[in-house]
Amino acid sequence: MYKILERQELNPTVTRLKIHAPRVAKKAEAGQFIILRTDADGERIPLTIADYDRENETIDIIFQVVGATTERLNHMRIGECLHDFVGPLGRATHTDGLKKVAVVGGGVGCAIAYPVAKKLHQLGAEVHAIVGFRSKDLVILEDDFRNSSSKFVLMTDDGSAGERGLVTDALRSLIESGEKYDEVITIGPLPMMKFVSLLTKEYGIRTIASMNPVMIDGTGMCGG
Amino acid sequence: MANMSLKKNEMPTQAPDVRRQNFNEVALGYTAEQAIDEAKRCLNCKNMPCVSGCPVKIHIPEFIQEVAKGNFEEAYQIIARASSLPAVCGRVCPQEKQCESKCVRGIKGESVGIGRLERFVADYHNASSTDKPEPVAKNGHKVAVIGSGPAGLTCASDLAKKGYEVTVFEALHLAGGVLVYGIPEFRLPKAIVQKEIDGLVALGVKIETNTVVGRSISIDELMSEEGFEAVFIGTGAGLPKFMGIKGENLLGVYSANEFLTRINLMKAYREDSTTPIQRARRVAVVGGGNVAMDSARCARRLGAEVHIIYRRGMEELPARKEEIEHAIEEGIIFDTLTNPIEILGYHNPDDKRDPQNGRVTGIKCIKMELGEPDASGRRKPIEVENSEFVIDLDCVIMALGTSPNPLIKDTTPSLEVGPRGGIVANEQGVTSKDGVFAGGDAVTGSATVILAMGAGKASANAIDEYIKNKK
Ligand SMILES: Cc1cc2nc3c(=O)[nH]c(=O)nc-3n(C[C@H](O)[C@H](O)[C@H](O)COP(=O)(O)OP(=O)(O)OC[C@H]3O[C@@H](n4cnc5c(N)ncnc54)[C@H](O)[C@@H]3O)c2cc1C
Repeated sequence: MYKILERQELNPTVTRLKIHAPRVAKKAEAGQFIILRTDADGERIPLTIADYDRENETIDIIFQVVGATTERLNHMRIGECLHDFVGPLGRATHTDGLKKVAVVGGGVGCAIAYPVAKKLHQLGAEVHAIVGFRSKDLVILEDDFRNSSSKFVLMTDDGSAGERGLVTDALRSLIESGEKYDEVITIGPLPMMKFVSLLTKEYGIRTIASMNPVMIDGTGMCGG
Repeated sequence: MANMSLKKNEMPTQAPDVRRQNFNEVALGYTAEQAIDEAKRCLNCKNMPCVSGCPVKIHIPEFIQEVAKGNFEEAYQIIARASSLPAVCGRVCPQEKQCESKCVRGIKGESVGIGRLERFVADYHNASSTDKPEPVAKNGHKVAVIGSGPAGLTCASDLAKKGYEVTVFEALHLAGGVLVYGIPEFRLPKAIVQKEIDGLVALGVKIETNTVVGRSISIDELMSEEGFEAVFIGTGAGLPKFMGIKGENLLGVYSANEFLTRINLMKAYREDSTTPIQRARRVAVVGGGNVAMDSARCARRLGAEVHIIYRRGMEELPARKEEIEHAIEEGIIFDTLTNPIEILGYHNPDDKRDPQNGRVTGIKCIKMELGEPDASGRRKPIEVENSEFVIDLDCVIMALGTSPNPLIKDTTPSLEVGPRGGIVANEQGVTSKDGVFAGGDAVTGSATVILAMGAGKASANAIDEYIKNKK
């Protein structure tokens, strides 16, 4: 059941796991999530589906070590099994009719932004990926984003990788230089999403931000 | 000789001030002597009024006569002909509105303690029987059951006994439905539910947990890709209602479902829990049904002062009588004829990072009085002018009822659904979609364990007919 097939440390606190989960892999779409438990008495935590492979029946998840469960998850090794893994849950990201999109990710939020960028790219939309991190050693998924976009901009707060500055600086200069987006999709820390939304509001661009509510069952029992 | 005592033999219970601090079962059950003595209160009426009050028509006087003679296993077999979950129903059925309400002894004095006797008999059987289910020859037909509450469990069990290859799909990580995530341990020990599930597995029923039908797989796919010839939908009514008043999004406001799931399914009440819940100081539970009582009594056991806020009076509380009595004994405060109008929260304008920001601090209520009877025949509560008051608290639990989750409807074309979200099905569970049956709360909206169980049974028979006729 739900065996860990691959494990990769993306940065000192962020890890990517490939999990064998046939039912989930068959149905997963960008923007959806799973709920997992590591052990029989474990907490149920939701994580975004970072990637899926229908043929090999796998789901990739990416997590940052922030609490007891992610700590435990980070100690699990290839060959071990998760106790529970349910999904895909939530709604798939709307991709219909989008021809040109800016996907703006920040920090671990990039793990959620990436499958959206990939999906849009696969559907033939022009994707501009703008991703921001505090510094070079926290950068994740750089190659994945490059392969799923026609323009890739990497920003760091301290300039240790890519350009120095905020994702909003990059987004503004792209818009100012005449890029016309059907939609901006932003996923990352709340303040970042807030400033992205304030910026796109100035230009009247439709913007989708991604929120993570507290939940337990993932089907709406809590009133979600 | 009949026992002509006007009162039921009292149910031994844990003392209120002891049980208020633990989650062990409140009612301890009759001893054999108490059961026999109580059974002798039954007059064995020829016309069996009690049976007419039982949704699954258990032959009540017949089983009680066996109890009176000390033939407990025989008594069990009589109940088992009609009910597959007697240990559960003996504990949670609203007997005072069903069988016991029709008991002749209730005209002058108290009715026979039918529920208590049912519980005794089921517990006796569970403790003493070691019988493994007879192996049943498989008939090669596959049926899918969605949801593992009382409706699904019963349907699966009856079909397996008829030889069907049954797979139960459950969204959560544990089977049992409301019996495991909703009704607390102190009212229905989870070991009893587990025993039912183990029994199913012993019958050869496959249980696939962690499978949300409608997301992980659709009903159409179950039938076209996985070879299930019929499907039973027993997905319950898990979607909570809110009042739509200001402040329901504040931190510390829960749906009863979420609160109870955290406590029961996730075991937040245990000292060593890895998934604890924030302990509140003072809690208001809004609502007056079983769900409200369970939420209140859980919160009480976690150390809070607990208020039940209900817009009608004590007489109108829809919960089981025993639960209301137990709640009162445990020190729950009943603010009846009271309705919330706003939930108040903390807001520090000077410090946006104040961790108390957005937390609930109180609930503003208004007093109510009962007016003319409404369409349902119940007297309609109306607001008393200028009677607003505030209760300071740090947790609010909304227990206002639930409705069926739209997920199945949204992912199953041609499945007809009624105005309140319930799947349209007849008495046999037949829906608008060929080969698809439904029963329990998913059809009726929140109701009772016994009705869900009865619906599961009826559908098992209908599915059997359906598959036989298809051949
Ligand atoms: C707190 C509480 C206390 C109660 N107390 C009493 C009482 O004392 N007496 C009484 O008679 N009744 C009581 N009830 C009501 C009673 O529990 C229900 O009427 C009964 O459980 C309904 O049974 P069911 O099988 O229809 O659904 P449920 O018990 O709700 O089971 C449905 C199951 O289906 C699963 N499910 C839902 N959607 C999907 C999906 N898409 N895919 C797969 N699985 C899915 C759910 O996770 C759940 O496990 C109470 C209810 C609650 C919530």
